[in-house]
Amino acid sequence: MTDKQPSVVLAKLIERFGDDIVATHSDFGDDTARVNRERIVEICTFLRDDPDLLFDFAMDLTGVDYLGEEPRFEVVYHLYSLEKKHRVRIKARVPEEDPVIDSVIPVWVGMDWFEREAYDMYGILFRDHPNLKRILMYEAFEGHPLRKDYPKARRQPTVGVEE
Amino acid sequence: MGLIENRFSKNIITTTYDAVFNWARRSSLWPMQFGLACCAIEMMSTLDPRYDMSRFGAEVFRGSPRQADMMIVAGTVTEKMAPVVKRLYDQMADPKWVLAMGSCAMCGGPYKTYAVTQGVDRIIPVDVYIPGCPPIPEQIIDSIVLIQKMIDSGGSRARDRWPIKI
Repeated sequence: MTDKQPSVVLAKLIERFGDDIVATHSDFGDDTARVNRERIVEICTFLRDDPDLLFDFAMDLTGVDYLGEEPRFEVVYHLYSLEKKHRVRIKARVPEEDPVIDSVIPVWVGMDWFEREAYDMYGILFRDHPNLKRILMYEAFEGHPLRKDYPKARRQPTVGVEE
Repeated sequence: MGLIENRFSKNIITTTYDAVFNWARRSSLWPMQFGLACCAIEMMSTLDPRYDMSRFGAEVFRGSPRQADMMIVAGTVTEKMAPVVKRLYDQMADPKWVLAMGSCAMCGGPYKTYAVTQGVDRIIPVDVYIPGCPPIPEQIIDSIVLIQKMIDSGGSRARDRWPIKI
């Protein structure tokens, strides 16, 4: 199941960034790399611009809440190369007390709304995002509803319907 | 018997103001054209030739709340959308009626979550609830006929009982 030989994409990443690639695997054929959050913009720029990689299509960005683990949150980037027809998944952990990661909008401008969604649902802060505000919930909403410690039954008053 | 009995020729009918107005209102209900979720698709099919809502005099869907007198809340009302629904309702001219279509609009349906209003009757008075997910077009037609009967009989509207005190 696990490929002993890392794929071209992962091999290039490890060669270029060394210890900042925390872990890699290719389970079920999905190349995945866990990286150091401090260098996420550098890594993404490399993935986009390297002539062998050319990840020009940022398909998705999501957050994950691993409640009880340390660091607690994870930001997941799904990338695709229209040129090379290959995919990679980049993960970066962010701790609860400092849930900050650099915005990748300078690399792929389309990540704007995905980052706002991750902020809205998990409270992950994207440094230097030009417009980091809620995208799905309304402004008066308190908390971040997809966090595992957000009470399932909690209801907030409907705002803006007063006479 | 009465003072005006047999005073006029046979082509003149005497009646009350209310009866005439109610007849006019029920014969030409203008629904407001807006849908919030999948129920709107079923609402649209109620208009098509197969079901043909115009047989019951309620086919003139208006794009503006100021021209409408019936609101069909077709779909899930989210907490973010609730103020908009409320505002549209407030912009409609009296008298007005509300249909809560589908289980989402009735009570939140399967979405017992942070994002969904648990029933549109938390924000506006509802005259007729249509259960179903989604309700079939016959149910919508039936509820329109129900509203027409309510208007005809001059019965009290949900708006007169609003807000509900429990």
